[in-house]
Amino acid sequence: MVEQRRFRVFRGTRQQGELKEYQVAAGEGMVVLDAVHAIQAEQAPDLAVRWNCKAGKCGSCSAEINGKPRLMCMTRISDYQAGETITVTPMKAFPVIKDLVTDVSWNYEVNKRIPAFQPRAPDAPDGTWRMYQYEVERPQEFRKCIECFLCQDVCHVLRAHGKHAEFMGPAFLVRAAVYEMHPLDEADRRSYLREAGGIGYCNITKCCTEVCPESITITDNAIIPLKERVVDANYDPLAALWRKLTS
Amino acid sequence: MTAADLRTHDYDVVVIGAGGAGLRAAIEAGAQKAKVALVCKSLLGKAHTVMAEGGAAAALGNVMGEDNWRVHFRDTMRGGKMHNNWRMAQVHAQEAPDRVTELEAWGALFDRTPDGRINQRPFGGHTYSRLAHVGDRTGLEMIRVLQDRAVHSGLDVHMECTIVRLFVVGGRVAGALGYFRETGRFVLFRAGAVVLATGGIGKAWQITSNSWEYTGDGHALAYVAGAELIDMEFVQFHPTGMVWPPGVRGILVTEGVRGEGGVLKNAKGERFMFRYMPEMFKGDFAETEAEADAWVKGDRKQNRRPPELLTRDVVAKAIVREIAEGRGTEHGGVLLDIASKQSPDYIKQKLPSMYHQFKELAHVDITKDAMEIGPTTHYVMGGVKVDAETQESTVSGLFAVGEVGGGMHGANRLGGNSLSDLLVFGRRAGLHAAAKRGAPPSIPDAAVEATVREALQPFERDGENPFAVQSALQAVMQRHASIIRDKSGLETALTELEKLKRRAQNVGITGSREYNPGWHTAIDLRSLLVVSEATARAALERTESRGAHTRSDYPDSDERQAREQIVIKKEGDRMVVRREAQPPLPADLMKLIKEGA
Repeated sequence: MVEQRRFRVFRGTRQQGELKEYQVAAGEGMVVLDAVHAIQAEQAPDLAVRWNCKAGKCGSCSAEINGKPRLMCMTRISDYQAGETITVTPMKAFPVIKDLVTDVSWNYEVNKRIPAFQPRAPDAPDGTWRMYQYEVERPQEFRKCIECFLCQDVCHVLRAHGKHAEFMGPAFLVRAAVYEMHPLDEADRRSYLREAGGIGYCNITKCCTEVCPESITITDNAIIPLKERVVDANYDPLAALWRKLTS
Repeated sequence: MTAADLRTHDYDVVVIGAGGAGLRAAIEAGAQKAKVALVCKSLLGKAHTVMAEGGAAAALGNVMGEDNWRVHFRDTMRGGKMHNNWRMAQVHAQEAPDRVTELEAWGALFDRTPDGRINQRPFGGHTYSRLAHVGDRTGLEMIRVLQDRAVHSGLDVHMECTIVRLFVVGGRVAGALGYFRETGRFVLFRAGAVVLATGGIGKAWQITSNSWEYTGDGHALAYVAGAELIDMEFVQFHPTGMVWPPGVRGILVTEGVRGEGGVLKNAKGERFMFRYMPEMFKGDFAETEAEADAWVKGDRKQNRRPPELLTRDVVAKAIVREIAEGRGTEHGGVLLDIASKQSPDYIKQKLPSMYHQFKELAHVDITKDAMEIGPTTHYVMGGVKVDAETQESTVSGLFAVGEVGGGMHGANRLGGNSLSDLLVFGRRAGLHAAAKRGAPPSIPDAAVEATVREALQPFERDGENPFAVQSALQAVMQRHASIIRDKSGLETALTELEKLKRRAQNVGITGSREYNPGWHTAIDLRSLLVVSEATARAALERTESRGAHTRSDYPDSDERQAREQIVIKKEGDRMVVRREAQPPLPADLMKLIKEGA
């Protein structure tokens, strides 16, 4: 069963661009990435798009489909009404390089600054550790992150306010949470999270959780517990008493 | 070309490819205080390793204390149909446990045993439960751990940079030339040691679990640089890829489904693997469904493994046979059923990404219904011929590791042996590459200029669309050099590839050099043509069936060819094929294989 579907795809560069219309013969089970590839193979070989695994595991093909941040490889064309035009645009929170490809290098810089994993001394003489499944499950949830940066894209602190210099964004709060909640880790990332990481910018609107293709409960399980740790570390009882007495 | 167009960098070690092998090599070279560049074709952390699902094989003995390196070595050699480089198989089995444990020290969060150690799951061809794993996303865990370790160790990462040529001067590696996808600008890396870690060649087929990157770049770069390739006839077709809907055809379904108890059935509902037991493995596997089910339920002392856990070559061929004989499903596959063997909660916990993948892409709930599956191109055992101790190729200073290296897996790779291969030999390659550092010979400007000119030629032509040539090549390889091969098919493939070479020389590109996938494809085609031809020539030369290489005109294994290797080398403009005997196994290891560990 093949039907003609209408797509509008952003074509352009950092400086300028426009939505271009393409017709694609959509077969059963086709995803939006297949349509972009069909356009590339038959109509526009220079159409720029990132992709790798085509199975929702690598997080390369992030874009906005009808305005929603999504992975193109996991979005079926049949999820859109017959006759509905499907519009594909690059992620808005990052500068466009070309067409659907954005400059996400900032994310890699942020990751580099997170204090590295520091394990406690091994538990056994053979240099191994003992950890239990219930202990590893929490950080394992954060390890599902495929670095698609869709949460960064939807986060209003980055998307609307452009606070890239002050805020690490939900993806790297999740990364910090992996190590902060790792049963073996002994590093302290609280001052980093509060200062350079800008955790205070997050006002827990949960938009990131909604777009996560891996269904990581970013806000509730990663960010809020990190915020609590940061607050605990910076709680000064004398100052709090003073504020109470003088208010 | 102007000087402003070419950036030049000097390093001790340049690692090309940033999957598990490249990352591990780069980390090790950095630990030896070498100045290291890590060059990757995609963004960091997107390499094929992220798709590895089942686990890393290492004889830790955490689940079954009987396990040790000897059993792992024996399993690997038998799985490889005795064609493996025995020394690599030995080193791999001996060092894998330390490499996996080391990942834990770097932050990996493997699933646990009840007593708090790294859990291990059963897998095809492994006698004992041996795969350290994280649900069904082990590769993702590994790559993140290595990625974070690498970025914190101070090496330079050059992302979205494709290498197009290696320079060899006076028999020694001198550097590599590449272009950045973003700008289309060229970059020259000068280094006395280059490590290829570029992965495989699966993009030469239509039905594949491999991504766009897998165009055999490292194989082709090494070949053009004068290194030898071995075992190129051995391409692994994974038994279980998705078959429906058409858009997802080829996407991998982890062997972990079978490791967790999933069974294969034909369209008539028959559990057919009991009928395909090879002579070599008779007595090692369950003979009745009741015995197999009891093993899955946990009674592993009294019962033997289900036949679904036979090696991948055996299972893939059984599936092809079932389909050919009319017992396939309507979309040309067979059924993989775990719903009737495990509870929905267990399936979701152990195989979360499979659950997600089928639900999203095929609208199938694997906790209720069977998956429709069929073979998909997955992995190449063949690769650059390397020294077993150092991973150095036949070109001085050029190393190859992981899938682009040849020899370790013989005629068929066991599931789980790839992730451990990356770690064991990645470390060794990094160590020896760092030891090889030193001022590289200087690269003549003319060689650099000629390479750049050649790479830019497609822009000057109003020629054929490169995507059309790529898709024609995939059709040729799928039709004539896939799971079942014969002389006339392979000869046809070679004739067709000659025509495709001419077409590839005439492709044309429109648009600018900035992030232009048409141009990238035109360049990748050169690699695809080399590896396709190498595969077809080697497959034609091996007149027997062994492991993943099956000839319908030579259906049996020929013991005289068991340890003979097909070697491929560039001589002038010709691809020359020759046979070479591998050194025999030492008596103690041979005894171990024959009599059990």
